[in-house]
Amino acid sequence: MKNNGVVITGLGVVSPIGHGVEEFMESLKTGRSGIRFIPELEELNFSCCVAGVPKDFNAVRAQYFSSHESSVMTEATAYAAVAALDAWRDAGLDVPNEDSPVDWDTGAIIGTGIGDMETIAQRIVPMVNGKNVRRMGSRIVEQVMNSGACARVSGLLGLGNQATANSSACSTGAEAVAEAVWRIRAGLAKRMVVGGTEGPSPYTWSGFDAMRVLPKKFNDCPEQASRPMSATASGFVPGAGAGILVLEDEQTAVARGARIYARVSGAYANCGGQRSGGTMTAPNNEGVLRCIAGALQDAGVHPRDVDSISGHLTATFADPIEVQNWSKALGLEPGDFPLINSVKSMTGHCLGAAGAVESIAAALEMYHGFLHPSVNCEDIHPEIAAFEERVVRTYMDYPELQCLAKASFGFGDVNSCLVFTKWNE
Amino acid sequence: MELQQVFDKMLEILTPFVKDRGALARATKDTHLIDDLKVNSARMVDIIIESEDVFQVEIDDDEADSIETIGDAVRVIMGKMAPALNPS
Repeated sequence: MKNNGVVITGLGVVSPIGHGVEEFMESLKTGRSGIRFIPELEELNFSCCVAGVPKDFNAVRAQYFSSHESSVMTEATAYAAVAALDAWRDAGLDVPNEDSPVDWDTGAIIGTGIGDMETIAQRIVPMVNGKNVRRMGSRIVEQVMNSGACARVSGLLGLGNQATANSSACSTGAEAVAEAVWRIRAGLAKRMVVGGTEGPSPYTWSGFDAMRVLPKKFNDCPEQASRPMSATASGFVPGAGAGILVLEDEQTAVARGARIYARVSGAYANCGGQRSGGTMTAPNNEGVLRCIAGALQDAGVHPRDVDSISGHLTATFADPIEVQNWSKALGLEPGDFPLINSVKSMTGHCLGAAGAVESIAAALEMYHGFLHPSVNCEDIHPEIAAFEERVVRTYMDYPELQCLAKASFGFGDVNSCLVFTKWNE
Repeated sequence: MELQQVFDKMLEILTPFVKDRGALARATKDTHLIDDLKVNSARMVDIIIESEDVFQVEIDDDEADSIETIGDAVRVIMGKMAPALNPS
């Protein structure tokens, strides 16, 4: 097999902190929170009544699709479709018309963590229970199948390579990137449209609220609710959105003169096997260490060369454990530790989309040479006090940024880690 | 409701399902929904449901299966409509 280098050439994002790369990056740089009070959650008697949801998305949809096209798409699919079209154009590629030839060299891996609970709750359950299946219409299956978003995107772009949806809970988005890296490296595709998407729904978030893993003390100050690495963190803020990246075989990208954001030099995914402290909902730390080490080895990067970490860092009790795991995996004490931040401090946790949205942030940081602030951690958690100076709490220019590691972890004791390195022509 | 009214209403129902609006503008009773108008066959179910709602009729599966052209749809619907609504 050829070991092709893989680079990022296009980015598209629909997120709680903005639609499109420009708005998203501006929010990242200024530490602008996208967390809002959601009246519906209060009406439904949720403990946590805040969430990160893309704003004014109906207006965005209307710019991209006819009302009929739009009506067929769930929120998660529309997020992914908009982000994919943006990413495709951002990569300097033309969106093909419906009669274009199939692009056999390009595929898509677009996952989702939970699936479309909204359609299940609002349409399927009432209609089935009401003995009204006959009038459900033709769209239910494509709306609830996990590959629905990927299928829509592959159709819009005429993609003829593998088109699939991965699912590994909150590791989904980063895992999709890893899967695409391997496919391109193997010479099976020249280009992949990858990422994750998750729609907003009380039905999706209800299980987490029931688990008491969402914050309930910030309903009157939503922008302070997502507090990764903070002593007063009390749970993750549920979020929604989509992040889509165009990954490309290095030679192909260079040959067409594409703008390259960064190289994806390392990728690794594994599972802790739910042993040695690992459970359905908690990580086996050895699995995490192996995942991070595996990604660095894959990239050929020495731990000391990692300049920055984009953590999973959700604002639960697991944040200090995660920071300690990074320290162990890298073999670096606090004084030598990379700078670390959390996109979720502004977006909340976009579940299956999180790893992809955060990979887009990483690509932007690499390309433009900056690190975004991790907000709401003025009161650093005492268990990671030694790392306080390494936590990025205000925007910083960082033109010398050469290497950034990004990890995502998920229920099921699953892990994924990506290593991005600077593209130097 | 007159035959022409039912025909016109059917064109309205079909509009969101047909990308080639020119083909719809040229449509006659012999226009084939799938072959000529390129309606996605999976969406025929939605067209039947929409027709049931608009004309307040119930179209069973065998009748639905018999609909291939716009004229077929008009025929099935005209045959279903209450005499008060269907003076013809």
